[in-house]
Amino acid sequence: MRKYTPKDNVQKKSYYSDRFWVAPRVPTTEVEAGSHFEAVVNALSNVVTIKDVGVQIGQLRIVINATDNFKTLQTLRDACGYAMCSEISAVDYLAQDGEFEVFYQMLNLTEAQRVRVVCRIKKDEAVESVVPLFKSANFAEREMFDMFGIQANNHPFMKRILMPDDWEGHPLLKTYPLHGDEAASWYEVDKIFGKEYRDVVGPENRDPASVERYDSQRFSRVGYEVPFGAEIEEGKEEENPIAYSETFMVDYTTGTTTLKKRK
Amino acid sequence: MAQHQVNYASSAGLPIALTSVDKLVNWGRSNSLWPLTYGLACCAIEMMASGASRYDFDRMGTIFRASPRQADVMILAGTLSKKHAEFARRLYDQMSEPKWVISMGSCANTGGMFNTYATVQGVDRIVPVDIYLPGCAPRPETLQYAMMMLQKKIRRESADMKKNVKQRIV
Amino acid sequence: MQVTNKLTPFFENLNFDRDDNTMVINFGPQHPSAHGQLRLMLELDGELVTKAYPDIGYLHRGIEKMAENMTYNEFLPTTDRLDYIASTSNNYAYALSVERLIGLEVPRRAQVIRTMLLELNRIISHLFFIATHALDVGAMSVFLYAFREREFAMDLMEDYCGARLTHSAVRIGGVPLDLPKNWLTDLSKFCTKVNYELEHTYEALLTENRIWKMRLEDVGVLSPEDALSWGCTGPMLRGSGIKYDIRKEEPYELYGELDFDIPISDKCDSYGRYALYMEEMRQSVRILRQLIPMYDKTEPKLMAHAPQYISAPKEEIMTQNYALMQHFVLVTQGMRPPVGEVYAPTESPKGELGFYIKSEGEPYAYRLKCRAPSFFHTGLLQEILVGTYIADVVTIIGTTNIVFGEVDR
Repeated sequence: MRKYTPKDNVQKKSYYSDRFWVAPRVPTTEVEAGSHFEAVVNALSNVVTIKDVGVQIGQLRIVINATDNFKTLQTLRDACGYAMCSEISAVDYLAQDGEFEVFYQMLNLTEAQRVRVVCRIKKDEAVESVVPLFKSANFAEREMFDMFGIQANNHPFMKRILMPDDWEGHPLLKTYPLHGDEAASWYEVDKIFGKEYRDVVGPENRDPASVERYDSQRFSRVGYEVPFGAEIEEGKEEENPIAYSETFMVDYTTGTTTLKKRK
Repeated sequence: MAQHQVNYASSAGLPIALTSVDKLVNWGRSNSLWPLTYGLACCAIEMMASGASRYDFDRMGTIFRASPRQADVMILAGTLSKKHAEFARRLYDQMSEPKWVISMGSCANTGGMFNTYATVQGVDRIVPVDIYLPGCAPRPETLQYAMMMLQKKIRRESADMKKNVKQRIV
Repeated sequence: MQVTNKLTPFFENLNFDRDDNTMVINFGPQHPSAHGQLRLMLELDGELVTKAYPDIGYLHRGIEKMAENMTYNEFLPTTDRLDYIASTSNNYAYALSVERLIGLEVPRRAQVIRTMLLELNRIISHLFFIATHALDVGAMSVFLYAFREREFAMDLMEDYCGARLTHSAVRIGGVPLDLPKNWLTDLSKFCTKVNYELEHTYEALLTENRIWKMRLEDVGVLSPEDALSWGCTGPMLRGSGIKYDIRKEEPYELYGELDFDIPISDKCDSYGRYALYMEEMRQSVRILRQLIPMYDKTEPKLMAHAPQYISAPKEEIMTQNYALMQHFVLVTQGMRPPVGEVYAPTESPKGELGFYIKSEGEPYAYRLKCRAPSFFHTGLLQEILVGTYIADVVTIIGTTNIVFGEVDR
């Protein structure tokens, strides 16, 4: 029987896991009283409900509800001075929790501080687009849609950006294999030549280190050379010894003059 | 590389008697190969470096042409993604005979280190390739050596393009 | 619509039946001035661009998905291919994120070497910028001069790490190799040469050139508010008058101890950005000159000491048994960083390059997101190209300094 491989998360897993290993966590510190981050947290808690807050590696991490993302970013931009949205993306936790974790990385240029706004959405939910606030979200949310399938409502142009327009599937989901599914592996052949040419071109060679011993057209056999295209059969291979150059061989039996002098 | 004596007049040491028309035409074709600027990724930078000051490509008579109709050889330098594959084939079709293809770098040869969903695993799935250049990124000298190999290959061919039935499946 | 055939190429669904006088042209993915694989659909009214739509994704290689299937150390050479012009800056940004996730401290000599490599890569990238920008605008000899300088810089990189373009010169926890014997003297010779050439070749040829000025002034004007809104960073932001450089504001490596200025330009156009790049090269040379004497004062330790995450030096691996065992486990299984997430921004020659890494304690990253500056600069093209002439389109694409390895990942 085939080994059971769960299909909801096809990411590569470590082949060995220590039973008693408890992974450490990145240290999360409390927000210090009187710091810039405290002012940010106070300004935000007046507007939205903050589910969790902490300072990790010098950056503030705030967890909010997904419906509050527009208000949060608006407050951050107008009241707290976070004028740039550096990055918007998502993390796929569908296998563990059935949710995506969407994060917005904000930057305050005057204070040189960064805040990460994190929210969780379920599989078919959409987030509110923040393009009216930050134009950089235009491309970033399109990429989030392309890679995960997360729509952003009221986005001016929600279309695939990195993959071709007629691509099936959302590549960065954990259910999508690294080598691509069936549609992906034949995409270019179907597009250019048509489905009939699938057996003419052949399947993709995903193992570039594979060497076929009896294919004399594409591989040359060191030590057992045959003419190009000759038929080889197992057991009838003639050895063709390689003549190594004599000048490169070092003869360790003859000593050097310095060694003789030392003796 | 200094050991390679490029003999313009001989027929690459093969026991084929080429006519003088063949030799003349092949001499002309091989010594003025105009590549199509098809730099896709990192190998494009090495291609530009091979055309720049230190490793001059111009001494082989190559001038990079932007239009496929004016180009002889298509140097596919870099990763071909599946979104782009259609355009690569289209440009190859637009080139006029005689045309050759050099696949430069590991990504163009076999997909390289990008063994993923979005990379064409080898440009020879799309276009027929004459010379494969390994490397990631191959040095400019390697590209020039490949160009010289292509020149050698061209000199072996017959000048009548109908006789050169290449192993083309598409 | 044209009926497509298997072997005859077909052309885009160009909508020729338009009511207005505008023409849609396709600035295709293969174009000598497209700096890679940018496909721009331009709607033109005569020569004036009315709408611009950048179509990217022609170099999408699935690097982020690869990171989920490779161990942290295995993934480092893949980061080379993101911004392939200045490879060490991507390697370093990735190594910095992982080091911040783990909480490592890198030894001093490794910091000196890394900062030197970063500034050398900045010079390499800016030389490439001036070469291709000038080539697009029409000044073809600047391309050859800049590549000549770049060859010297790539010789230096090749002496250090063996590769001209895709360096992988930095490891998580330090650097793998010490500097070769004459590297520092060669580097100081190179610095003198760059300073000389900047003044006598590039600036002499371009700065006061009437044609250059006419083609670059008032082209690609980017207001500060737009720059902030579009997420522009690096020279695009500083070219609009906003003084923000991550090396000064959020210092990493040795930038907190070094003495350098941040050039900004109030002009907001391409000419200001060009002057900014030239001045940044001078500041990079100034940083390198400060770093060269710092090297000898450091003790020869190249990698951080963290046996749980990083292998021992090769001498110990070859002689000590436990070091060999640990190295074997780290190479085959991979190191397991703590559970959590990190975003580490660095100032790459193009802008703010940062890696967001989310780890679940496994040897493979759960999610890796590369914040590429060129991605947001390409989005900016939608707005900045409207209202310019088609001859300026090429200049603007050149001045945004986009690299498609980063845009598409």
